[in-house]
Amino acid sequence: MSATLPLHREWVRHSFGERLLRYFLWLAAIASLVWAVRSIEIIPEFLADAPEQMADLLIRMWPPDLGHYYPSVHAAMIETLHIASLGTVLGVALAIPIALLAARNICRNVLLNAVAQFLLVSSRSVNSLVWALIFVAVFGPGPAAGTFAIAFRSIGFVGKLLAEAIEEAAPGPVEALEASGAPWGHRMLKGIWPQVQPAFWGIALFRWDINVRESAVLGLVGAGGIGVVLDDAINFFQWERVATILLAILAVVVVAEILVTRIRAKLI
Amino acid sequence: MSATPILKSSGPILRIEGLEKSYTPGKPVLRGINLEIGAQGITAIIGPSGTGKSTLLRCINRLVEPTAGAILMGEEDLAKLRGAALRQARRRIGMVFQEYNLVERLTVMENVLTGRLGYVPLWRAWLRKYPQDDIDRAFALLDAVGLPEQATRRADALSGGQRQRVGIARALMQSPALLLADEPTSSLDPKTAVEVMELMARLTGEAGVPVIVNIHNVDLAKRFAIRIIGMTGGAVVFDGPPEALESHHLREIYGGEDWL
Repeated sequence: MSATLPLHREWVRHSFGERLLRYFLWLAAIASLVWAVRSIEIIPEFLADAPEQMADLLIRMWPPDLGHYYPSVHAAMIETLHIASLGTVLGVALAIPIALLAARNICRNVLLNAVAQFLLVSSRSVNSLVWALIFVAVFGPGPAAGTFAIAFRSIGFVGKLLAEAIEEAAPGPVEALEASGAPWGHRMLKGIWPQVQPAFWGIALFRWDINVRESAVLGLVGAGGIGVVLDDAINFFQWERVATILLAILAVVVVAEILVTRIRAKLI
Repeated sequence: MSATPILKSSGPILRIEGLEKSYTPGKPVLRGINLEIGAQGITAIIGPSGTGKSTLLRCINRLVEPTAGAILMGEEDLAKLRGAALRQARRRIGMVFQEYNLVERLTVMENVLTGRLGYVPLWRAWLRKYPQDDIDRAFALLDAVGLPEQATRRADALSGGQRQRVGIARALMQSPALLLADEPTSSLDPKTAVEVMELMARLTGEAGVPVIVNIHNVDLAKRFAIRIIGMTGGAVVFDGPPEALESHHLREIYGGEDWL
């Protein structure tokens, strides 16, 4: 027996098959990118003078017509906040029962889980603007349509995150309540809710924050709020007013963001 | 302590007949358990992990569904109860858990009061308008378990031993006719474990509530129980007073002998 030679072993990160697969994935990614660029049909003439047009627009916007803010823009802004807040409350209220049906630790029926999941996904798959178009057809133009659009878009978001929070709740305390003879409602109230509470308020506040931004554009399809005023100003080429409205939206979004961040920090 | 046990007689509080449980068909965890549990004192169930002690305990209050057999409490077969009748039976059976199973974000007081959720209407629980009698009793129990100053603290701020004391108070809040304790001391250090067992033995003794406790610490079982049941492989292999438990029994229950 000679002295033992070290075994010759080779270390490679990927097997041949994996390398081939990676190569094709890269190829597919680049091909789809090229395809996408070709299909958006950039018009070269417009692209060429885009910087000029941009500069022109900004010059027309300057100085913003701040005097225009009160009363018309202000009233529209308040309406926007009402749409966002009311829509959030309505959406959360509708999301709670669906979230309970979607949470597999609460609802043991697989069919009901699937129905609830489907409702949540369909709510999310439709954009707020599309919901707004639908509700404008139902309620006619105005803030009512906007409120319902916000609510129905919120159901999917709030419901999904809430269902996940419910599924993460520890089963032990609920089991303890069950062992003491507590009925279903009591177990939800004293076993699940205390565990879900911080997540619930976090989700609701976050959704309100998103809804403030989303409700600003609903007016473009006639669903009330500041978007109506913005649409009018653009249509009449009143660019100083457009600037005022955009600044107002920016200010409100920033304030909402700060508010929500502060409150969330207190909650958790 | 004003707990009034439902059965004062010396007859058995519980009769288990032919109890079987299989989580997957053909692999029984409990193989035909027959037991009578007396109306007084602590009965300790010892045995290796995975031998069905916890399943046996959970079959009694139906946190686990028995596959076959009867669990008679008085004239009632707990194994056959459903819905409201099951909840009413559960109200009379307190349970203490290894991981305490307190609602962490609620106060100690509210955790103790959850022992009354089988009795209190939902709106009262929601508005925290518990009956004054229940609140008085909860305070008395917190005094009894040695946590008189902790009523308004949140459960997640307590130590393990304190949490298990709250768990005991919550179970006694039900004024149970029977107390089940599933490894109540396994998450505690040795000194705290003895203190918690002492507390449980004293309070249930004063209230006259019989206790069935799963415990893997043989010394603790011998020290506090009036009767020891040894289980292995889903069957009872020893049943007798602590004095009768000898090392050949332990070999049979746990297998091997190097650890003895």
